[in-house]
Amino acid sequence: MKRTLSIVALAMLVALALVSCAPKGPAEIVIGGVGPVSGEAATFGKSTQEGCELAVEEWNAKGGVLGQQIKLVYEDDKGDAAEGAAVWTKLIQQDKVVAIVGTVMSKVSLAGAPISEQYGVPMISPTSTNPAVTFADGKLREFVFRACFIDPFQGTVGAKFAFDDLGARKAAAIFDVGNDYTKGLSEFFRDTFIALGGEIVAFEAHATGATDFKAQLTKIVQAKPDVVYISDYYNDVALIAKQLRELGFTGPLVGGDGWDSPDLVKLGGEAVENGFFTNHYSKDDTRPEVQDFVKKYTAKFGAAPDALATLAYDAMNIMLDAIARAGSTEGVKIRDALKATDFAAVSGRTMFDEQHNPVKAAAIIEIKGGQQVYRTTVAP
Amino acid sequence: MGSIFNLQQVVNGLQLGSIYALIALGYTMVYGIVRLINFAHGDFFMIGAYAAYGAFFLFNAVLGGSGLPMAGIALVLAMAASGGVALLTNRLAYKPLRYKPKLSSLITAIGVSMLIEYLFSAIPFIGPSFRAFPDILPSRPIQIGPNATISTHALIDIGVAAVLMIGLTVLVRHTALGKAMRAVSQDKDAAKLMGIDVEKVIAWTFLIGGSFAGAAGLLAGMTYPRIFPFMGILPGLKAFIAAVLGGIGNIPGAVLGAYIMGVAETFATAYNSLLGEGIAFAILIVVLLVRPRGILGEKSADKI
Repeated sequence: MKRTLSIVALAMLVALALVSCAPKGPAEIVIGGVGPVSGEAATFGKSTQEGCELAVEEWNAKGGVLGQQIKLVYEDDKGDAAEGAAVWTKLIQQDKVVAIVGTVMSKVSLAGAPISEQYGVPMISPTSTNPAVTFADGKLREFVFRACFIDPFQGTVGAKFAFDDLGARKAAAIFDVGNDYTKGLSEFFRDTFIALGGEIVAFEAHATGATDFKAQLTKIVQAKPDVVYISDYYNDVALIAKQLRELGFTGPLVGGDGWDSPDLVKLGGEAVENGFFTNHYSKDDTRPEVQDFVKKYTAKFGAAPDALATLAYDAMNIMLDAIARAGSTEGVKIRDALKATDFAAVSGRTMFDEQHNPVKAAAIIEIKGGQQVYRTTVAP
Repeated sequence: MGSIFNLQQVVNGLQLGSIYALIALGYTMVYGIVRLINFAHGDFFMIGAYAAYGAFFLFNAVLGGSGLPMAGIALVLAMAASGGVALLTNRLAYKPLRYKPKLSSLITAIGVSMLIEYLFSAIPFIGPSFRAFPDILPSRPIQIGPNATISTHALIDIGVAAVLMIGLTVLVRHTALGKAMRAVSQDKDAAKLMGIDVEKVIAWTFLIGGSFAGAAGLLAGMTYPRIFPFMGILPGLKAFIAAVLGGIGNIPGAVLGAYIMGVAETFATAYNSLLGEGIAFAILIVVLLVRPRGILGEKSADKI
């Protein structure tokens, strides 16, 4: 009995081994995508996934890249740095991706970047604006790139807009103390505003995940600022704006690209009126590439693309373009091809500087009548 | 300093405290009656918020998106849903363990809490992501001093909490059910000997306590219009600490503790946002070290 059992087991093992050695289907190039599909900024993840999918679909229709079809493996980082690190490792080790397009939030990109560096898998973040993602501790991260402008520029644009366009001389800021992006952006805003000659009357922090900001906002309102700079993501911005209005503040609000979501007006309602934010693109931009893209995206997904979707589309295109020019899926070759990028992206012509950051203009969007209305473009 | 200790911050603290008070009342009532710390209570709060959200979607077409009728229906549905779930958890999870070691009930309560949270996360149309709570009663600021405003939301929060608390006091002091509740909380066995249906009184307690948490859920949804399945964890914990602060098992104590907690948290957050997050737990540690029975609590042999 025992002998028969062991023979049967052995036979099964051999059969299994033979089966797994069977030839696979036609070769594909696997690209990883990462975004916060769930969590505190879920619309960001949805938009970036859609942008990536649209780009991959277009390339595949034209024959793929390097003669092979592209397979996109998109993972959810839940807006959490630890989850992001886990997902990065999974994509590289399990799915064997040749490149990663991701992720949205700077705090998660900061977790994924060292992993990309370690394994030599190039990554391009569509929207992480914190400078430390590509350049940290005085060292450049060789395999990490981004498709968007960085926060020193964004904070400066915000400050200049508040000072010159809105005529503000006293500003207050509130940010999430546990989020590198919001903290960094607020600091860049503050530094530029002071350099322009303005005064920061209140600089308040709130804990991550808080819903009641009244204590800090009371301090802000009592300091009588002309404008309040809110560097948070749209979920928190909506609550902060509501509570600011409840406390009697009627002035303008300024913020960064974290505002860009259809949910901002859904959650914030009237409170976010007279709000302005710096963004990577505007759907009202009359350039033909933009209008073409808006049409394509709306036809496929039923709504106009936000900056997240646009940048994801651009980032994926840049990456695939680099792979095509590299003529290989080797990390080092793709990296070199990326460095030499000169690509006409929807969000603007993209070339990387020594810190792997593109030099791009910012659009300023106003929330008027519950809509995002394009106000102006600011070149670097 | 002036921006921390001023009238506006006190108003902010009272608004926050009202929501904590409604949740803390449920904790304290259940503890008073069955000596159980119902950790799932924070989730009844969450259920109330989602029920109000659901009410909006059901009756939006008929009643219009905002206004008193809509708010009224939302309140009724929120309280009914939470009260109902509270009743159900008592019947299914706590009643079988009523005369077993206290530790079993405690662990079960934690289990029920996680079950509700993860169940709600998994159901697709409730889902794990944040949902925007509809603007049922828009808020407007009212000037009450040279430097302070009170929003209509704050007035509603404090007002609804006050009405419910007065209603509870009337119930406990002047009705037969209230008398039975007081009797059962004093001595369960003696109450049984007096002919009181103890299980029925316990069921009523869960129903009322749960419905208060549901009302708090609606108020929280309205004031901080962002709901998600885990929203009950932190407020539930803080309300529990508030109940301990005031004396767990003591109804006025729960209210007192909650308002102290709300104001303290507001002042602490105004000073430093991270201190604000931790102050509730600091208060808990101090209370347990210095006066474990709470401000209004009575001395008792041991409390798990």
